[in-house]
Amino acid sequence: MEIVSLKLVVIVAEAVLEHQLVSDLNRLGARGHTLVRAEGEGQRGMRVGGLEGGNIRLETIVSGEVADKIMTRLASRYFENYAIIAYQSDVGVVRGNKYV
Amino acid sequence: METLELIRLNLLSPMVLAFVLGILATLVRSDLTIPPAMYTALSIYLLLAIGLKGGAALAQTPLTEFWRPALATLLLGSAIPLWSYVVLRRIGKIDIANAAALAAHYGSVSAVTFIATQAFLNGAGVTFEGYTPTLVALLEVPAIIIALLIAHLNLPNEQEPEENSLRRALHEILSGKSILLLLGGVVIGLLSGPAGLELVAPLFVEPFEGALTLFLLELGMVASRRFGDVRKAGFFLLGFGIVMPVLHGVIGVFLGYVTGMSAGGSTILGVLAASASYIAAPAAVRLALPQASPSLYLTASLAITFPFNLIVGIPLYYAVAQRIFGG
Repeated sequence: MEIVSLKLVVIVAEAVLEHQLVSDLNRLGARGHTLVRAEGEGQRGMRVGGLEGGNIRLETIVSGEVADKIMTRLASRYFENYAIIAYQSDVGVVRGNKYV
Repeated sequence: METLELIRLNLLSPMVLAFVLGILATLVRSDLTIPPAMYTALSIYLLLAIGLKGGAALAQTPLTEFWRPALATLLLGSAIPLWSYVVLRRIGKIDIANAAALAAHYGSVSAVTFIATQAFLNGAGVTFEGYTPTLVALLEVPAIIIALLIAHLNLPNEQEPEENSLRRALHEILSGKSILLLLGGVVIGLLSGPAGLELVAPLFVEPFEGALTLFLLELGMVASRRFGDVRKAGFFLLGFGIVMPVLHGVIGVFLGYVTGMSAGGSTILGVLAASASYIAAPAAVRLALPQASPSLYLTASLAITFPFNLIVGIPLYYAVAQRIFGG
């Protein structure tokens, strides 16, 4: 079985950004994503579910090139004003062509 | 009834006491949490329920009786953000983005404060116009748009948000669940009439106050988590969050009187003018004006103005209405 190396990009952000982030991912070339509701704490203060919307955790597996584009977009558009973090890591997948 | 007696009556209602219990729960660090899904379900229920009741009442209201209060509501929605912005900039020395964000919140309306007022008036045996939920829907949107435009026009270019963020924010408000459920409920109530409302009354009318009590328990917890931020927000904002609602409340009651509403209806218009949004406005402002700080605008509307209106404001505006109507 052939294992292909790709990037896993994980974004944790305030829930209000959900639609914008998903449309950014699609536009920059991600072929799919997984989204879960999340809670947590960070420098911008605690957000919990309900009234204040909570956080989302958005994951996508993409090529290194798309991962760079996503990180660049996040840095220029969101990092300054929103509660958001993002990181990428190497992952190995079967069916590599499903993701790029 | 004396103002103090009204405040006492209001304070000892199960709804307000549940709000206080929510505050206490946070203060003693209780493990009590309302599941987010339940919070969402309750807010859907409350908004649809007042929409339905309002629509059924609107079905029996002649248009001649309705257009003047509707116009007064739109006037309030346009004027409050303008003068709030000026006060925040000139007296509060608050920067453009935060002043516009606060103006959006104070110009818009809190549906929960409105619902609590209906419960208060029902408890005091005061009648009011059934079409008032429509006024809530009318008041919710204009102020947010006006305040965002003020920010758009005044912010230096490099700070200006991306151009489509304003459009996104507009879409957010107009398609947001509060407008959709309120107006949708009104239309359903209007089309199906009082007979239709009777069909769903066992779910949407009778348990209403109980659901509101649960909802206020949650709001008490959310509000008190923000009490710590009040100190950071400063004295000006504390004063603003109390003085402006009283001013707007009196103007609202007076406009209700002038446009031919009853004392109960005028009280509601006063509360609508006095209340500050903390559901629709924050979502829209966060998208269109990200540089404004939620710890200012959410703290002001949720931790200062909402508790003030819920506990003191509602009976106070009713007392003002009694004065104006000479009751």
